[in-house]
Amino acid sequence: MNVTFILLTLLIGAILTFVAGKKMALNVAVLTSLVALGLTAFNICEFQNGIDVSFQTQWMTKPNIWISLKADGLSLLMVTLTTFLTPLILLTAVGKDYKNPHKLFALVLFMAFAMTGTFLAEDGFVYYIFWELALIPIFFIALLWGSDTWEIRKAAIIKFFIYTFAGSLFMLIAFLYLYQKSGSFLLPNLAQISLTADEQTWIFLAFFLAYAIKLPIFPFHTWQANTYEKSPAIGTMLLSGIMLKMGVYSILRWQLPLTPQVDERVLNTVLVLCIIGIIYASLIALRETNLKRLLAYSSMAHVGLIAAGAYTFTQDGMQGAVVQMLAHGIVIVALFFLVEIIYKRYRTYEIKDLGGIRAHAIKFTSFFLIFLFASIGLPGTFSFIGEFTLLYSLSQIGWIYAILGGSTIIFGAYYMLKMFEDAILGKTNVKTFADLNSIEFLVLFVLAVAVIFFGIYPKPITDLLFFSI
Amino acid sequence: MDTNILLFALIIPLIGFLINFLFGKKLGKSLSGIIGTTTIVISFIISVCLFLHIKETGEAIRIHLFEWFSLKNFKIDFAFYFDQLTALWLLFVTGIGSLIHLYSTSYMKEDENFHKFFAYLNLFIFFMMVLVSGSNLLMMFIGWEGVGLCSYLLIGFWHQNREYNNASKKAFIMNRVGDLGFLVGTFIIIYIFGTIDFVELREQTVMGITASSFAVLLSFATLALFIGATGKSAQLPLYTWLPDAMAGPTPVSALIHAATMVTAGIFMITRLNFLFDLTPDVQNIIAIIGGITAFMAASIGLMQNDIKKVLAYSTVSQLGLMFMAIGFAAYEIAVFHVITHAFFKACLFLGSGSVIHAIHGEQDMRHMGGLKKYMKITYATFLVSTLAISGIPPLSGFFSKDEILMTAFHNNIPLYIIGSLASIMTAFYMFRLLYLTFFNKFRGTKEQEAHLHESPASMTIPLIVLAILAAVGGLISLPGHSWLNEYLAPVIVNNAASHPHHLGTTEYILMGIAVIGALIGIGLAYNKYIKNQEIPVNDNQVRGIQKVLANKYYLDEIYMAIIVQPLNMLGGFFKNVIELLISGIVLFFAKFASEVSYQGKKLQNGNIGLYLFAFVFGVCTMIYYLFIAR
Amino acid sequence: MENVLQIIGIENYIYLAILLFSVGVFGILYRRNAIVMFMSIEIMLNAANLLLVAFSNYHQDPQGQVFVFFTMAVAAAEVAIGLAILVSIYRHIGSIDIDKLKNLKG
Repeated sequence: MNVTFILLTLLIGAILTFVAGKKMALNVAVLTSLVALGLTAFNICEFQNGIDVSFQTQWMTKPNIWISLKADGLSLLMVTLTTFLTPLILLTAVGKDYKNPHKLFALVLFMAFAMTGTFLAEDGFVYYIFWELALIPIFFIALLWGSDTWEIRKAAIIKFFIYTFAGSLFMLIAFLYLYQKSGSFLLPNLAQISLTADEQTWIFLAFFLAYAIKLPIFPFHTWQANTYEKSPAIGTMLLSGIMLKMGVYSILRWQLPLTPQVDERVLNTVLVLCIIGIIYASLIALRETNLKRLLAYSSMAHVGLIAAGAYTFTQDGMQGAVVQMLAHGIVIVALFFLVEIIYKRYRTYEIKDLGGIRAHAIKFTSFFLIFLFASIGLPGTFSFIGEFTLLYSLSQIGWIYAILGGSTIIFGAYYMLKMFEDAILGKTNVKTFADLNSIEFLVLFVLAVAVIFFGIYPKPITDLLFFSI
Repeated sequence: MDTNILLFALIIPLIGFLINFLFGKKLGKSLSGIIGTTTIVISFIISVCLFLHIKETGEAIRIHLFEWFSLKNFKIDFAFYFDQLTALWLLFVTGIGSLIHLYSTSYMKEDENFHKFFAYLNLFIFFMMVLVSGSNLLMMFIGWEGVGLCSYLLIGFWHQNREYNNASKKAFIMNRVGDLGFLVGTFIIIYIFGTIDFVELREQTVMGITASSFAVLLSFATLALFIGATGKSAQLPLYTWLPDAMAGPTPVSALIHAATMVTAGIFMITRLNFLFDLTPDVQNIIAIIGGITAFMAASIGLMQNDIKKVLAYSTVSQLGLMFMAIGFAAYEIAVFHVITHAFFKACLFLGSGSVIHAIHGEQDMRHMGGLKKYMKITYATFLVSTLAISGIPPLSGFFSKDEILMTAFHNNIPLYIIGSLASIMTAFYMFRLLYLTFFNKFRGTKEQEAHLHESPASMTIPLIVLAILAAVGGLISLPGHSWLNEYLAPVIVNNAASHPHHLGTTEYILMGIAVIGALIGIGLAYNKYIKNQEIPVNDNQVRGIQKVLANKYYLDEIYMAIIVQPLNMLGGFFKNVIELLISGIVLFFAKFASEVSYQGKKLQNGNIGLYLFAFVFGVCTMIYYLFIAR
Repeated sequence: MENVLQIIGIENYIYLAILLFSVGVFGILYRRNAIVMFMSIEIMLNAANLLLVAFSNYHQDPQGQVFVFFTMAVAAAEVAIGLAILVSIYRHIGSIDIDKLKNLKG
């Protein structure tokens, strides 16, 4: 039993879902994603027992390409995040009438497949294929099931697609350059070639462009808010919960190991950009009037901190980045789901049209509060551990970074609480707001348990991570 | 002592929270109140046991649960640490907590979210216990932020009111500013010592190996931690949230915003006293900030008409005095004042709650008066506590405040004068409060007057207990022979040695001055409000310096103008201008590509002649270069 | 029998072919009538055929001449289709002036 089974399950699941037809699609999709989750858990158990769950076979000899799926702690954690979130994201679609649900859910599973592949691939070429493959389903999900008029939506989604795609091409160029040096795409081989500092800097920048757009890091973020706003809830969750993490993962797995001697000045500039992004996005979030856009900017602020931690090039920073990445994945999916629940009831994302929900729906508000405080890193939640580690790693590089980056805990509290006050609290809303139904409750409950449990006992995760960074 | 029992004491408020939070509605009000109160009483009983145990053995107890998380150079344990200081704090947190829970069962009776209230109160007690019993800075931080969360929930408990929500939001955000300081301080301490465990830190500083070479950095660390403390304990420049926090139900103000949570800053600094002792510069800053806060808040208190606002400013002022004591490295005196203050201030708040309860939510003192004859118990307990806070011997406040002023006199005369002035003002505005509320005639509506009544026993019993404690609390640290000093000796590194307690002529003169000052304040208030029967004028008739005081030195407005507004404007600028600019740059590339192709499109105009010409021309050029030109 | 090629000389065939080809090229560039342009194309094609035949003889290799037969057959088919297209264009538009035939540019 190795990790290929997870991939195959997801791929076959996508096909089955498509074949299953409109009525059964969701059941099949949820079921297969749960099977994938089970397989992931099984693989992790085996991995911890010292059994190698990697898979390697040659695909082509010329060019020299291997289908190599390497499972170490980092990869397995990311795969777990994907397979853990996928069924939950699918469950959020219960009770919502999507057109052609079988196509939508098949695309979701296909995307999970591509992202899992990205997290596992050890061969640069295969990795690149998976990386781009993940873009295709989300493009269609956002384009076909999104909100707003076709013209506006198309403009936003195509911008997103071309922008991220163009960024990735630079990564491909970097890979080709490396291949021509080493004759292989395999990560260990690429890491062995000796490059001059200049070459490393250029390769670093090429990778950076791809990841900076994906994450996104200031000032490469202009696609984000629009895309999040226009995508259907399910797409936004996939984008923010998992796909965004592909960027951070790739920084840790590909970019930094390949360019250990990158120019200090470049690294510092990148760090500064990340930190500008934190403050910039936070301030915009302060003024944002649309819930989804607000969360998009909050996500950008968080990711700025994660990327800053990763780019400190310290062990703590990388560990913090992974932890915070997982935490953020869980929390942001929950928040988008909560916003979606509001939308289902009130048909709006505009904060000014909301308010007074607390008086109607206490369960909903409680979950909203839990995830809100998790998102601003209250100790005892998973995010705190990540945020603390990241800020600590920044403080090792420079105090000013830590203080400026730490401003996120103030700004975060500011814009989130402001939003909460305006959108949820206040005079009882004239329109009734039905409290959570059982499926919604289940999804949020699972996410909340994960956030709090790992906030108090993160050891399973840090242990898995320990050997891979 | 069995560690499981201690853990039980910690966890039971959390269980109470969960029960009330999840099933409170089904349980009904009385059961939910009983559960909420019982859990805290159990914690209190165990705390008493712990206290007696530690007092007897003098040994701290450490409970290591598991390793929380680890970084490259050090790891952070999920562990608890119970020593003298913790036991003391647990004692009065759970003790006063129990009383206030009992009080709330009546006070909140009418509220539809009764069970939520008890859930939050229990959660607060839980976090407060974690705060004081954490074994390292981060464990303390769990409690530190946790109580902030509960404070947020409870200030905004009446969530339909926008102003209350604003107040709760403000409280949380201002606390977060302090929390950043706390975190930065933590980082620096990790950097210097490589650990954040209190015991290890203490060992390292006592041995003095690492600290000496990092003097400047250590100053930054303690300063940052102090900023954290100014947030939680409402000192300049972050105190403005506390008066607003009075939006919460009165028991909350009594428990969180007077007796327990706001003393967290004092607790933290006392816990780390060995570090602060190494940085005398920071201690000076603390003393000065404490003094200024005490004075400013007291002066604002002179002109407030909301009964709870007066008490709130009085709290800020008293906290300022405590910080002054800390600044003089007189930690045990600060702790002493924390305890006496907890007694009389909780009593005052609960008393004011009793008053507000009697006249149906009215908080403006201009509409009170003459309540003495309707509410005898409330009046009596209120009087005792007012005398205590004013510093009239032999009530508890006299001793603790006098000790602070005495220390100030020995260390820094200007601060002594500021502190004394603040005390005189305290005496004045507290008696102003007393006179306006309980004396003369009732100034409210007829309807209110008809309903005036003494509160039920579950509200008066806590008042009586607290009043007794406020009266006799001074016994724990009498000048000359201080039990508290001896008890805290193991916790405070530079104890007693620097503060010899001999009672000479100077000390007696200082006591005399303090008492006379308090009497002057009381006399002024008597003259103004009993003899001349003055009633504070309406808000729009206030003039001059009084107006500045009534408007709290315009500090809120200043913060609004120089911090909040610019941030919002900057946000708007980013959102409306920069965002478009960046988007424009990206779109420029797209526009550029489409422009190139648009121009190129013109070549494909369908004119076959042109195509052919281009074709022939191309072939000719190729032939020329391939064959002829070489 | 003396070879025609030896009498006239290969270079003259080349000149003629170039001349023919140039006539075709200029015809295509200057004329606007599709049928005339079509004829010009045929002239260019035949210039190439001529060269093929000439060189086939010059090298004493019949392959070239075989090739010419194929070319002519294909050219005949091409003419048939091309003229058919032109006729149908004329029926639709009433003109075969290429300046007016711009609707397919997209």
